[in-house]
Amino acid sequence: MTLTDLTIAQASEGLRAGEFTAEALTLAHLHAIEALNPRLNAFITVSHAAAMDQARAADAVLARGEARSLTGIPLAIKDLFCTEGVRTTAGSNILSPFVPPYESTVTSHLLRDGAIFLGKTNMDEFAMGSSNMTSAYGPVENPWKRRQDADAVLVPGGSSGGSAAAVAARMAMGGTGTDTGGSIRQPASFCGIVGIKPTYGRCSRWGVVAFASSLDHPGPFARTVLDCAFLLGSMAGHDPKDSTSADVPVPDFPAACARGVKGLRIGVPREYRSDGMPAEIDTLWAQGVAWLRDAGAEIVDVSLPHTKYGLPTYYIVAPAEASSNLARYDGVKFGARTDGADLRDLYERTRAAGFGAEVQRRVLIGTYVLSAGYYDAYYLRAQKVRALILRDFTEAFASVDALLTPTAPSAAFAQGEKMDDPVQMYLNDLFTVPANLAGVPAISVPAGLDANGLPLGLQVLGKPFDEATVFAVGAALERAAGFEALPALRAAGRGSV
Amino acid sequence: MSLDHATVRRIATLARIRVEETDIPRLQTELNGILGWIEQLNEVNVEGIEPLTGAAHMALKMRDDVVTDGGYPDKVLANAPDRAGAFFAVPKVVE
Repeated sequence: MTLTDLTIAQASEGLRAGEFTAEALTLAHLHAIEALNPRLNAFITVSHAAAMDQARAADAVLARGEARSLTGIPLAIKDLFCTEGVRTTAGSNILSPFVPPYESTVTSHLLRDGAIFLGKTNMDEFAMGSSNMTSAYGPVENPWKRRQDADAVLVPGGSSGGSAAAVAARMAMGGTGTDTGGSIRQPASFCGIVGIKPTYGRCSRWGVVAFASSLDHPGPFARTVLDCAFLLGSMAGHDPKDSTSADVPVPDFPAACARGVKGLRIGVPREYRSDGMPAEIDTLWAQGVAWLRDAGAEIVDVSLPHTKYGLPTYYIVAPAEASSNLARYDGVKFGARTDGADLRDLYERTRAAGFGAEVQRRVLIGTYVLSAGYYDAYYLRAQKVRALILRDFTEAFASVDALLTPTAPSAAFAQGEKMDDPVQMYLNDLFTVPANLAGVPAISVPAGLDANGLPLGLQVLGKPFDEATVFAVGAALERAAGFEALPALRAAGRGSV
Repeated sequence: MSLDHATVRRIATLARIRVEETDIPRLQTELNGILGWIEQLNEVNVEGIEPLTGAAHMALKMRDDVVTDGGYPDKVLANAPDRAGAFFAVPKVVE
């Protein structure tokens, strides 16, 4: 048995049955990181000693028969989640010296349930990107390779590219991400794993470095739908420290995975067909529809007429909120400082040196759309279109239980591609952004391969706070797809690679 | 709407980001590219539509206006680039 190939569900059973220890499981993953991370660059920080301490503590808990849902499970944590005493960079130079004195609510829930943190994963700077190319800590390599062009270095997607690559390459059993416009689902699709963005308010944002507060959603990655259900079940829950955290019960997500789709009405939104989308994505989508129909679901054609306005709306709302959230990085209270002639010069030099090109662009756009004279034309109009996008979903969900779409308009692309024009990069999030604007839950499940052997995901969207149905449909797709392809670069062997 | 040189300079100042003169033409092109693409929102009829501020499917909760945290200046100041005693320190602002 290769410990690093186990699912979280299998590992939990093995740990409880005493087949192996949390120490051995953690060590196997740390060895995988040691072997693969110099190339993949998925982790910015590896917490070797702390992880081994947590593993030993987990073994003691297991020995006492007091295991919780994630006891002994090694995870990768996106470097956007504040972790007490462990540097948290948000992929930015401006936070390079930042060591949080507190733990984010989501990570504290995972720790409460016994998870082991292997380290902090690489990401696009302040979660602004779809390729992990904007990280101040270097790009991440996708562990998958093109059949025809195996030397090409592909991106893992973004912004949570490090977590996605780590889970795909078996350097971690699961991980955390955040999704502001697709930053969990698009990398999950590019790396052949599962990722879910829950309903807005399901997971607390407290202690997560803010990008766009009305769009930021923490969520999990794993290699199976069931494993994601275990992780989300732990991460979710009401938190008085986040005023937008929902005070609603957390259902039994793992149980929902076994529910099946018999009798469910699944909507297929006709507007999710984009010009220039590869035919194989269209084919996979049709295949997904057929799988769900064969499993007993009723397929319904639906319309979300404002879909194409999702991205331009997002590129007003997200930069506006970012320009406000990132005002705190002024070189005074925390983070890096560049000295200046006076205080104002200090601010301007600190922010010029501390923020990369994409972050600067978005802060400038956000400042412009919020500035006097332009607010109504840009920001207010975008908020109105956002209301129409939500209305599209509300109307569709009046007649269907869930929606099925592709996750991304392409498979993973190579480093350096789509870099010349920011708008070309933004188009990656065409199918994922509407769920953020509306706050509805959405999962990406690996469903097939393109002609080059690269993974492609299908997306299931659900009603607010109905992740249970999203898991049920996602698990049905997973069973039908039988996706067993493996990335070229991955951990192998028993406790060593 | 297209951003001219002076507007780019003005928003950089508002955003407190130092931008070198030589970088302004590049920023102008990039920002105008993004804004030009965003203009498609003008096709949408938003007559009578209430703006949506967020994605939360619920009303915000009220809470008591009381202090719930604090009392550890050293922890708060631990990440400060510069400090003087229990205070954040910055270059002199008043002569």
